[in-house]
Amino acid sequence: MSHDNDGQRFDRLPATADERTVEGRATREEVVDYFADRFGIPPETFDAYTFWEKGAGKIWLYGGEASTPLEIEAIGMTCLRTRQEHWKPTTDFVQRFGRAATDCVIDLEPAEARRFAAGEDQDLERWDGDWGYLIAAHEIDGEREPIGVGLYVHGELRSMVPKGRQRDLEP
Amino acid sequence: MEPLERYRPIVDDFEAFMAACRRPLGNAVRVNTIKASVDRALATLEEEGLAYEQADWNPRVLDLETDSPGSTWASFHGFTHGQEEVSAVPPVVLDPQPGERVWDCCAAPGGKATQLAALMDDRGTVVANDNNLGRISALRFNAERLGATSLAVTNADARNYSLSRFDFDEFDRTLVDAPCSCEGTIRKNPDALDNWSPDHISSVAGIQKGIIRRAIQATREGGTVVYSTCTFAPEENEAVVQHAMDEEDCRVVDFDLELDHAPGLTEWDGRSFDSSLEKAARIYPHHNDTGGFFVAKLEVTA
Repeated sequence: MSHDNDGQRFDRLPATADERTVEGRATREEVVDYFADRFGIPPETFDAYTFWEKGAGKIWLYGGEASTPLEIEAIGMTCLRTRQEHWKPTTDFVQRFGRAATDCVIDLEPAEARRFAAGEDQDLERWDGDWGYLIAAHEIDGEREPIGVGLYVHGELRSMVPKGRQRDLEP
Repeated sequence: MEPLERYRPIVDDFEAFMAACRRPLGNAVRVNTIKASVDRALATLEEEGLAYEQADWNPRVLDLETDSPGSTWASFHGFTHGQEEVSAVPPVVLDPQPGERVWDCCAAPGGKATQLAALMDDRGTVVANDNNLGRISALRFNAERLGATSLAVTNADARNYSLSRFDFDEFDRTLVDAPCSCEGTIRKNPDALDNWSPDHISSVAGIQKGIIRRAIQATREGGTVVYSTCTFAPEENEAVVQHAMDEEDCRVVDFDLELDHAPGLTEWDGRSFDSSLEKAARIYPHHNDTGGFFVAKLEVTA
């Protein structure tokens, strides 16, 4: 049985592909595997959370109680954009859970971090890891702190910080 | 300031009260422990060279020395959230526990709802409702920036709120931070009293009574309801709680509050209120150099 995605309500992701009834919908397993494979975030990080789709490909992460389907304004936070070739995590997700990441994290110097937070693209030739979506981080008080999501291609780091979250920070 | 004259008989040191109301407020922020410990948030501010002072009653509330508290790394990371000191009081009085079901029935723009989530270690369910769709976008923005994963956001009138959208049929605790005439925000909004009128107060009080009644109905026996406003008007405070006691099964209970405050009134304008209303708190601007606030804690008895 296959249904179309209803963009107006929250539907809980199926656990695995065997339980999928809506075409193109990501499964919980795929989402958790993506965070583990791409960023090294341990799957058990998400044991207490459920994942939901509302809108085409927009995945929400939620820690509270709810039954599926659900027609309300929001639950938890948007964490990932699926239904496109390269899945893309959100800035707010990366800030909340990105400390657990070990892979595809690019560490920025203070001036680079400020440019990133302001939403600017910048040349960064030194990265020799995977291209695509990375977690941009900087150091606060000797510890790494994720800032947001960047897209790395052709020696350039493009800030994916949404307009409403961009800030000009003092040096 | 003229509307405040009518509080001369009930406010201790009325001249100090008026003087405080004329002074602008500093920049208060709350440390959002969902995203950082207090120590890490303070270290972030220190690295940015920002001076702060922690509130005596709550180490998570800071007076921050900056003109732009929203343009700091601490804020960008969601370690801090701009929130007036007294506005951090009601969630602390409600005292929600991890895993509970909590309702914030007038939640936008979300400062208190996210504080509730933080007090619960972001575990459990915080239903953050508001009837104003425009303000819900601010609530959602703040919830995501502050990383509150336990929030469910709904858009409905709290007075006839339906729990049918959820699997459960009552809350453990409910916060009624009611829409009000906002007299106590005069230090932040100099025009707060511009549209002041007895008619406005009486119409807002009618809405408040509807909301507090539904809040008590939707909360389990033995559960807690906190009623708060940012106004001094007894018609919107003690009189609303009295109405709730007359119409619903509840009683006013004591709570600890390490901020200077006056007790709730048992008499106003020729009308008397139940003596238990003395357990409510009236926080005046000259008490702690803050905005003004009213808080009452209720236990649901059936």
